[in-house]
Amino acid sequence: MAKGLVRMARGALRGVASALLGPELEERLMQVSRELAPDGVDPFGWDPDYARYVIAAATTMSRSYFRTIVSGIENLPTGRVLIVANHSGQIPLDGMIIAISVFLEANPPRVVRAMVEKWSQTLPFVSTFFAKCGQVVGVPENAIRLLRRGEPLLVFPEGTRGLAKTFAHRYELTDFGLGFMRLALETDTPILPLAVIGAEEQYISVANIRSIAKTLHIPSFPVIPQLFIPGGQLPLPIRYRLHFGEPLYFRGDPDDDDSVIEEKVWVVKATIQSMLNNGLKERKSLFF
Amino acid sequence: MPPETSAADFESSERDPSGKTGARALSVSPEEPAVVVTGIVGRLGRRLARRLHRERRVIGIDRRSFDGRPKDIEHHQIDIRRKKTRDVFRSTPIGAVVHLGVMHDPRASASEHHTWNVAGFQKILEFVAQYEIPKLVLLSSSNVYGPRPDNPQFLTEDSPLLGGAAFSEIRDLVEIDMLAQSFFWKRPETETVILRPVHILGTVKNAPSNYLRLPIVPTLLGFDPMIQVIHEEDTVRAIELALRPGVRGIFNVAGPPPAPLSRIVRALGRPGLPIPHALAMTMLAPLWRLRVASFPAPELDHIRYVCMVDDHRARETLGYAPTKGLEETVRAVDDGRWT
Repeated sequence: MAKGLVRMARGALRGVASALLGPELEERLMQVSRELAPDGVDPFGWDPDYARYVIAAATTMSRSYFRTIVSGIENLPTGRVLIVANHSGQIPLDGMIIAISVFLEANPPRVVRAMVEKWSQTLPFVSTFFAKCGQVVGVPENAIRLLRRGEPLLVFPEGTRGLAKTFAHRYELTDFGLGFMRLALETDTPILPLAVIGAEEQYISVANIRSIAKTLHIPSFPVIPQLFIPGGQLPLPIRYRLHFGEPLYFRGDPDDDDSVIEEKVWVVKATIQSMLNNGLKERKSLFF
Repeated sequence: MPPETSAADFESSERDPSGKTGARALSVSPEEPAVVVTGIVGRLGRRLARRLHRERRVIGIDRRSFDGRPKDIEHHQIDIRRKKTRDVFRSTPIGAVVHLGVMHDPRASASEHHTWNVAGFQKILEFVAQYEIPKLVLLSSSNVYGPRPDNPQFLTEDSPLLGGAAFSEIRDLVEIDMLAQSFFWKRPETETVILRPVHILGTVKNAPSNYLRLPIVPTLLGFDPMIQVIHEEDTVRAIELALRPGVRGIFNVAGPPPAPLSRIVRALGRPGLPIPHALAMTMLAPLWRLRVASFPAPELDHIRYVCMVDDHRARETLGYAPTKGLEETVRAVDDGRWT
């Protein structure tokens, strides 16, 4: 009886997901799973049966809520690539929008991998959710393995510093970490710069109280007045604009001094900053 | 890195004092160097013995008695820590030692467990060195790496052995593994092979097989880690490959492609029961003490975090490839029950 109900509910859910996806997205999902997971799941745990629901939800979010515009997706190389983007928005919705945009717009469709915090693996449901959507634990071994398999990897060199940016500092890149460049040099991977416009305004944070964050052992403690307005808990429906730049190729010793690596990182950072500036200049309205 | 070997080496360089290449000889002469298998009476040991004894002289050492022993297998029912073990090594030429006699019994007293495992293995190493035995194979386990939230998806042979951090019963095995590693460097004359298979499934009575034999398989709510399993037959084949002359080094050994725990339980055809982790922890500790459950609580990490290995070295250097698929491997835990 209960089992029958569960099966019925699951069937209905699958129907809703399929309706949301439509035949074109079904086809994309099939294409990706033939490539990644001929045995049902890929070795990192990406599961097409589970990803279907997440893709349906994320597609709705991206198309109907944020009305994402993507440009330059044809610059995405077919093999391994490090997608390097600005990070912002208090909660990492930008990662989700980037991943779903690549899945929806790139030809052939691809599953973008991102690295998640190690402690997320200790959380029930969260760990399963990440693994089944193809997200991997943030250790260098995993990044190298994925790139050697020829997969696209998304990195935010700003890390939580970028995520916690206050509104006054929107679209100003914070310090970049150096790890991604060493990774690119070691695996001879092209870097695809990506400017995300929109996410930086989705939550208006007026301050970040570091002392509270420190006591609570969380990365940041933003002050977001909109949260106290009914409905303000949702991100503002700013239109997302993703500008993919031309791939950058770097050569060198991955174990070079920080100063040598920093110069290369600076090139990437400057590229993204100028892409952000151009994108902002072209933007006529926040919402349209 | 262990040197490359091919099947041709196996054919031509069989170690034989009489000089003839005798792998195909049907009658096994008593002068031919024997393979000593410790822990031969276990399920895995029996399988290995049955595979080996047709081609090589096999000597078993185990403190249990060997019922149903094939007649051409010589068995010594002794404790490897006792002096009598030396007589086995002294009396006859020995070509290889396969050490399966590692105790994994969380119920055994810690000191008995430790001396059996560590002192016993040290004795073996002493004999291998003293009697210049050309080959030593240790069956370790990929549990020596330990399931951890910060594990890379696939662990290589040089990953740190952190299995003992959360689960003290594995510390013996980590220590044995390390003893074998230092022996590998100290005695280059002996080809030391350390095999680290993933969860072995089959008629064996180890924790993963026992777990999957439960009538209702408990899992942790919200956790569904990727798991690697290997059929006991494939494990035996890996040991056989490790016995070939020229092979040395550490090898992770995996079976069919990894799958989430939920798929493994589904392949088994038995119901799973997801339990919240906190509840499972608090329930399992008293159940273990009352001897109702056969798993100590820290072992829950095996169904919570990944502990998977990269087996490409075994595939390339040992020439190993699993022969059993996932379904067959998982269902093998029910082989020989109620039949």
